[in-house]
Amino acid sequence: MSLSSLNPGQTAALVIVGYMLALILLGLLSQLVLRMTVADYFVASRGLGSVMLLMSLIGTTMTAFALIGSSGEAWESGVVVYGKMASWSGIIHAAMYFLVGMKLWSFGKKYGYVTQIQFFRDRFESDKLGVLLFPVLVGLLIPYVLVGVISSGSAIEAVTAGAFPDTFQATKGAVPYWLGSLVTCVVVLYYISAGGVRGTAWVNALQTVIFLVLGFAACYVIADRLGGPVKATQMVIEHNPTRLKREVTGADVADYEARAKAFAANPKAAIVKPREPHPASRLEFTTYLFIPLSVAMFPHLFQYWLTARSAKKFRLSIIGQPLLIMVIWAPCVMIGIWATSAVVNGQPVIPPDFAEANKILPLIVKKLTSPALGALLAGGIFAAVMSSLDAQFLSLGSMFTNDIVAHYSRKDRFGEKQLVLIGRLFIVAIVAISYWLGLELQSKRQGVFGLGVWCFAGFASLFPLLFASLYWRRVTKAGAYASILSAAAVWFWLFRDSGYGKAGDHMHWGLTPVTLIFTAAAVALVLVSLVTRPPAQATIERFFLPTDRTRTQKGSMPRG
Amino acid sequence: MKKVVWGLVILLMVLHQDFWWWNDIEPLVLGFVPIGLASHVGVSIAAAAVWGLAVHFCWPEDVDAAETGDESALRPHARSRA
Repeated sequence: MSLSSLNPGQTAALVIVGYMLALILLGLLSQLVLRMTVADYFVASRGLGSVMLLMSLIGTTMTAFALIGSSGEAWESGVVVYGKMASWSGIIHAAMYFLVGMKLWSFGKKYGYVTQIQFFRDRFESDKLGVLLFPVLVGLLIPYVLVGVISSGSAIEAVTAGAFPDTFQATKGAVPYWLGSLVTCVVVLYYISAGGVRGTAWVNALQTVIFLVLGFAACYVIADRLGGPVKATQMVIEHNPTRLKREVTGADVADYEARAKAFAANPKAAIVKPREPHPASRLEFTTYLFIPLSVAMFPHLFQYWLTARSAKKFRLSIIGQPLLIMVIWAPCVMIGIWATSAVVNGQPVIPPDFAEANKILPLIVKKLTSPALGALLAGGIFAAVMSSLDAQFLSLGSMFTNDIVAHYSRKDRFGEKQLVLIGRLFIVAIVAISYWLGLELQSKRQGVFGLGVWCFAGFASLFPLLFASLYWRRVTKAGAYASILSAAAVWFWLFRDSGYGKAGDHMHWGLTPVTLIFTAAAVALVLVSLVTRPPAQATIERFFLPTDRTRTQKGSMPRG
Repeated sequence: MKKVVWGLVILLMVLHQDFWWWNDIEPLVLGFVPIGLASHVGVSIAAAAVWGLAVHFCWPEDVDAAETGDESALRPHARSRA
């Protein structure tokens, strides 16, 4: 059987199998250099260089949303999605690496931290703070993990449609969801177990390369099929001009209504169905800056930060993050906008009643490009899901091993090899539970995806605590508790008010939920810290450079 | 120079709002990118440049000190509990 005789589903299945084998090979290679110590397994002995750090961070922060969500959102609401998500992320992610990541790296290096909770316990002189933070961080991470598990099974089922009609008759030849997500979980488990964080870093680097190639290749080929990028944009100006700007005026609405009426009267003559204009709220646009703050509190990002060989290795990540986000997002956004009005040979590329935004990119790639590019897209979506999943699984294993087992066991009860083994076993348990939950929740997929947004809001709301712990000497243990509890209370109140995540764009007084939760957390932190006892001088000296005043005081103190 | 760089970061966040092109499609940059998207692509490029300046002129003095620390004596589970 030659490659040209394969149908698109079989080509996609072949690409996915090839990608899986590449991951297993990377896992095998990373196992060869693994030393069985906690520091090597969970933070690669703090030895990653600049390029690998940048690629790992990009691979982890760019989820499948960067590919299919960006084009889908652009198709639905226009150019505004780039400003809301990509350029804000470029500015804020780099800021987080510079202001937060490097500092946490330095404390990790200096005091041997492997998890966030170890840092917070020391910084706030409170063992119990870890008891409060552990379930919060795990609880926020689990739905995020589930989104990945469910996405992988669904993506494989979608792209392998018609591949094996005799074997999988119930799914019309597609690899069924249960098998796709099972294979994903087993492969991720293998390379995490084999190589620890180093293995996941290598895999993420591979994913970033796929992302970069994919966006450009798809954009180039699609533009070419539409008669060039200029003509593709002209079609949007002709049929759906509001997708190219953010304001929707009365004239735009009138124009849309006239076009919609003409389309309803004679769809064949109108060709393209006009899409309803979606005005962007300026306030909402601004408050989207809070969302990328969540990366500062992601346990899996913290883990990658600690892998850097030196603080200088952050430089490339800080400068490269905005550029790589742009390179990945901009082509996908353009494709989504062109899809609203694309016409080839007098026929619309996207059927008039098509309503599934997240399937826009796979559909336009399938219709306008080759099966090979379609298969590469399948590989890209799949890679995006896996590279976030692996880091999340690993960070959960790290938290359990270091914050619970090692922290609460007698000193030297476990050796390094035993701790790594415990970490691996916990990751196996987490993967198994996630797989089972994924199977249970698959039918309620929409609800799970909605939860993802609330996870981001939760992590972003812990940012004031993190930032204050690094830059405000006066922040207190009581302030930390107040901030976490306030964030949790407001988060739960708004979450309940949204029908437990069922309402998609749930706003309060024109503000996104994260804005309100973030504000409550910040206000509680500051007010309670100001009225409670400041931290011990020894703690401040441990985490801050001496000020001129403290230097003078020390210099004048009697010695001996 | 530090103040200039932090001023540029704030300017970047202000420029990101670009309310002045909120209702514009044209000019089309390169003939096909609407100005609203092109300006935000520009913000992404400017962000890289500004953070490059920050890395050069505002490098925190305390992070480099950590590189000389001895980590082996500070295994997490060997530390005292607070």
